[in-house]
Amino acid sequence: MSRKIAYVQAFNEAVRQEMQANDDVFCAGEDIGAFGGVFQSYAGLQKEFGERRVVDTPISEQAIIGLGVGAAVAGLRPIVDIMFMDFIAVAFDQIINQAAKLKYMFGGSATVPMTITTGGGGGLSAAAQHSQSLEALICHIPGLKVVYPSNPYDMKGLMTSCIRENNPTIMIKHKRLLGMQGDVPEEPYAIPLGKANILREGTDVTVVSWAKMANDSVDVADQLASEGISVEVIDPRTMQPLDTETIVASVKKTNRVIVVHEAVRFAGLGAEVAAQIQEEAFDYLDAPVGRVAAPFSPVPFSPVLEAHYQPSPDRITEAIRSVLARPGA
Amino acid sequence: MELSNDVLMDMHRRMVRIRLFEEAAGRLAEAAKLPGFLHLYVGQEAVASGVCAALTDQDQITSTHRGHGHLVAKGGEFKPMMAELMAKSTGYNKGKGGSMHISNLDVGMFGANGIVGAGAPIAVGAGFANKYRDDGNVAAAFFGDGSTNIGAFHEAANMACALQLPVLFICENNEYGEFTPRDKTMAITDIVDRAAGYGMPGVIVDGMDVVAIHEATVEAKARAVRGDGPSLIEAKTYRFYNHHGVQNLGLKYRTDDEVEVWKQRDPIFTFEDRMIDANNASRDDFDAVWAELRADIEEAIQFAEDSPFPTPDQILVDVYSDTPSATSGAAQ
Repeated sequence: MSRKIAYVQAFNEAVRQEMQANDDVFCAGEDIGAFGGVFQSYAGLQKEFGERRVVDTPISEQAIIGLGVGAAVAGLRPIVDIMFMDFIAVAFDQIINQAAKLKYMFGGSATVPMTITTGGGGGLSAAAQHSQSLEALICHIPGLKVVYPSNPYDMKGLMTSCIRENNPTIMIKHKRLLGMQGDVPEEPYAIPLGKANILREGTDVTVVSWAKMANDSVDVADQLASEGISVEVIDPRTMQPLDTETIVASVKKTNRVIVVHEAVRFAGLGAEVAAQIQEEAFDYLDAPVGRVAAPFSPVPFSPVLEAHYQPSPDRITEAIRSVLARPGA
Repeated sequence: MELSNDVLMDMHRRMVRIRLFEEAAGRLAEAAKLPGFLHLYVGQEAVASGVCAALTDQDQITSTHRGHGHLVAKGGEFKPMMAELMAKSTGYNKGKGGSMHISNLDVGMFGANGIVGAGAPIAVGAGFANKYRDDGNVAAAFFGDGSTNIGAFHEAANMACALQLPVLFICENNEYGEFTPRDKTMAITDIVDRAAGYGMPGVIVDGMDVVAIHEATVEAKARAVRGDGPSLIEAKTYRFYNHHGVQNLGLKYRTDDEVEVWKQRDPIFTFEDRMIDANNASRDDFDAVWAELRADIEEAIQFAEDSPFPTPDQILVDVYSDTPSATSGAAQ
């Protein structure tokens, strides 16, 4: 049975159902207990599962991740929450040098089945330390998987996969999507990591985008349809591993592509996507791969500045028109 | 606490195993047979041995970059350890970890660690799992004096105490953080002073006395198992060799006289003398232990030398618990 619930409720439901199914699953993080987490992602879980399984921690990001790593190697299946994605910087050693690498360094003997959950993305005037999309940083680290859903259905299915996954996985919840409503089945289901979703089919140009920007790109595509421009929007859903195959297949069909993301353009994931496209589909391209991303500055506070900072529907539209303006082969 | 002769001889054996392993590793490094870095544990054997003799295979430990001693003391075998140091595929870590990451989960050894202080939060996680399952196991974090200056230690100690987890914090205060004396990097003399700030008991023990360390560990473990939370044990000890490598005298940051004073307190020889004086063992008993273990070491070196290096097709193996998607682009 499907019904409409919010993105954040879809997250919460995935956690609750996996906790019901498996006593090895527990949650730990700042303010997630009685309070339910600053985004209410964990609302009601401590009441249902008790303080043993839903643990309020000190404000100690390194120890929160370490708690997850040690408990995972010891056989549990931790979900550890880093309130804002920006705060992963505080815990980078435990994420990059420990969680990501233990299995490899130990010759495969360790398994680290932990999920790190965190809130990413801007648009709330939360300024430079509470607004970042840092997926490129963590995608660069072998051993981690990175997930950034764009809608409630994907959120529940991907979060379920993260919890069941035997690798350290980072689930990024976009803060501007928390209240987004969508059809979500009541029963548990898993969406495989590393599988892109074609959000909207089209034939003239491909837009690769994720999280909030994927939805904005669909809106742009709807607008352009009235002009007879057919836009295909691909949401990779999982940034690591990245479903290059689906992206390349789309590019071979449309011959034109742009990548849209919230993170800064320089060394953002758009660069990796563009590189893989030119490696796999160079002869199919009728235009250079376009990129729409943030300028190379910290996220500004003023709503006026942030509105210019984030890729807007106008900039996405302009980029699509730009790649379409190139003469085809 | 009256310790049986079996326990005493077991701890002696652990210390000798560490000493022989480390000195063999030092010789192999000098002969350029060990790639990478080497941080020898010689001098500190009583700490790992006294602690680990109080633990079971199900109790977990986290270690430091000076970690061979901890693994030997926890029950690590010479052959896969020596093979790992020689970067061979038969090593505990299949040649992917080396000296600084050597581990064996079968005996609860959650890895040496190349990052100072990083083991403590992981021990907190292991301790959490023990409490979660209520299985009576404890996790012990080994760390040096220097790592108590790192944020990860503070976060781990505070969290373990806040959550009342069965965790033992074992500080090996060897008076130097790498090449800098402790008194240049902290304004206190005793690390144990920090314990009160977290709300856990702290005790100073002679780090050259395996019995003292063992007794303190047994008490701390009993406290943790009772549900009364973590303890800090500060073992005052000394490393006979340089921070890394095999040089011991003529170092710029400490005097040869100081090294000689500490060597007079060698944890193995002083223990043997005490045992002989108390008529608990004879010189022949100890000679037999050394001879047996020397033969084991030679066999392990031969095993490691005869073992193959990993093949290049192993590079991508075990990055993930399952094979990453062939389309990830990361597999190239």
